[in-house]
Amino acid sequence: MGRYLVRRLLQLVPVFIGTTFLIYWLVWSVPGDPFAGKCGERRCPQQYIDFMTDKYNLDQNIFVQYFTYMQNLLQGDFGETFSGRSINDIILTSYPNTMKLAVVALAIEAVIGLTAGVLTGLRRNGFLDNLVLVSTLFLIALPVFVVGFVLQWLFGVQWGIVKPTVSSEMRFSELIIPGFVLGSASMAYIARVARTSIAENRRSDYVRTAIAKGLPMRRVVGVHLLRNSLIPVVTLLGTDLGALMGGAIVTEGIFQINGIGRQVFRSIVTKESATVVSIVIVLVLVYLLMNLLVDLLYAALDPRIRYE
Amino acid sequence: MSEQSAPGADGSGRPSGRLLEVDDLRVEFRTRDGVAKVINGVTYHVDAGETLAVLGESGSGKSVTAQTIMGILDTPPGFVTGGQVRFHGKDMLKMSAEQRRRIRGEGIAMIFQDSLSALNPVFTVGFQIAEQFRIRRGLSRADAKKRAIEMLDQVKIPNAKGRFSNYPHQFSGGMRQRAMIAMSLALDPEVLIADEPTTALDVTVQAQIMDLLGELQRERQMGMILITHDLGVVADVADRIAVMYAGRIVEEADVYDLYGKPAHPYTLGLLNSIPRMDEKGQELRTIKGLPPNLMNIPSGCAFNPRCPMAQPVCREKVPPLLQLGSGRASACHFAEELVNRD
Repeated sequence: MGRYLVRRLLQLVPVFIGTTFLIYWLVWSVPGDPFAGKCGERRCPQQYIDFMTDKYNLDQNIFVQYFTYMQNLLQGDFGETFSGRSINDIILTSYPNTMKLAVVALAIEAVIGLTAGVLTGLRRNGFLDNLVLVSTLFLIALPVFVVGFVLQWLFGVQWGIVKPTVSSEMRFSELIIPGFVLGSASMAYIARVARTSIAENRRSDYVRTAIAKGLPMRRVVGVHLLRNSLIPVVTLLGTDLGALMGGAIVTEGIFQINGIGRQVFRSIVTKESATVVSIVIVLVLVYLLMNLLVDLLYAALDPRIRYE
Repeated sequence: MSEQSAPGADGSGRPSGRLLEVDDLRVEFRTRDGVAKVINGVTYHVDAGETLAVLGESGSGKSVTAQTIMGILDTPPGFVTGGQVRFHGKDMLKMSAEQRRRIRGEGIAMIFQDSLSALNPVFTVGFQIAEQFRIRRGLSRADAKKRAIEMLDQVKIPNAKGRFSNYPHQFSGGMRQRAMIAMSLALDPEVLIADEPTTALDVTVQAQIMDLLGELQRERQMGMILITHDLGVVADVADRIAVMYAGRIVEEADVYDLYGKPAHPYTLGLLNSIPRMDEKGQELRTIKGLPPNLMNIPSGCAFNPRCPMAQPVCREKVPPLLQLGSGRASACHFAEELVNRD
């Protein structure tokens, strides 16, 4: 187990270098002039452009730029925006917000998706099963912004149960609706995967054994059946955290949350390549670590999987 | 081996007489393709301290009968359409789900054919045995563990203490079946149903498991229903044998009578199809034809299309299971002739 962990962590190094370089290269290739429109209605003075080009190594080739960037990154320095603001600052203010939103979304989709999946998997073709089937279809088919605007309008404007937008304090109660919106599509998938998994395992021999032992039904389901059916659901949930954070841009926009989605969007528009790269790199790290965590969780859930 | 000592020395307070009776049980499977009549009036019983072997080909209904007794029949597609299953004289089919649950494990326990899939792969073997003591008896974790290790000891698993925390896939097939036996005997059941307990095992291990089962059955004075399609397995352990064909009992007799003088052509065919050392080099004898399609059982005696003795009456009348004296019965129009033939 220890050796496996070390090997997996070492594997992260080439993956990390590869992905970061790709991102750097992609952002670098976006056409356009970062200094267009920086100085109001007129062209920026040549002096300013020269100064900035020199300061940010813009005349170097991509490999040198990437290398310098990574050198600073390894010392914990993400660099500066063109206006001289520390990117570390931007990350520190925007990431926690997105993280909070994503975790709330993950919790909501796990609880609702899993409950719906278990209930429908145990009783297929009933009323609830059909209800869940249709509503998950809706959630999967509708784009996030539709779900977002509809729920914002219903809960925030029409019924006035919550404020339509999230304040800068990011209170948990404010995040329930945005979290639901962000997690809605994944919630539908979780419900369906859990349903299939439960229905499949429900007929398995070990469940029959557990019943034959005379265990109460809630223990048969809650312990014997659930533990086995959880494995595919955990994979889905684990890899979803990264996707939720990266996909939060629309939700953040609708509910006025100052998260990474908005930052990335703004940075792309203003050609702040260093900011874009930095935010995405942190996202890559989240993805990689969550993947590792899921792989480790596998072994905890299924003892037949051994790592050496 | 503490509390279960000399067999029947104290009578262990168990009521004698009919412990478990299956009476004219009927089960059908309703599928999209039609209704399969899987059990068509099965009647048998088992008493304390006795082993009944239920013999039959796959599809003869022997396992479905057992599942109906246990109350683990998959419904749908399986439906009980008639008959009774009496435990201590009470019809279990009329009991509430909760009453039936309480009987499982404590009154009637079951061991399954494939121990690898029948044990939960994600829990340790010890957990699955101790669970019985914790959930059904309310023992603490530590006490339950102690009892579980005792059970593993009783089924002769070496190093029981160390094996407690192993997972099913870390056991060999034979050891796993032993663990399965330990689990089913944990609550000291009065009846044990063993559904092809040795089919998935190596031949050498088969004998060990059968010996163990026989020994535990005698020690605990349990009634045992041994379901098998293997004639070799039953001879040593069983007291009586019930032969099933197409969802009915076609012959019931004690072991010596049945092997000595079968009273049904199907039993005769089964016995003849055992390969014999003194007939080396000759073609193996088989029963011609295939078991019937349960959605379309032949009229009259279900065995008539395959029976070498079939007469016109066999196609018209279903032969009832008639007593032939000395506790044996046969469902053949020509049972008397078979028995009396010299």
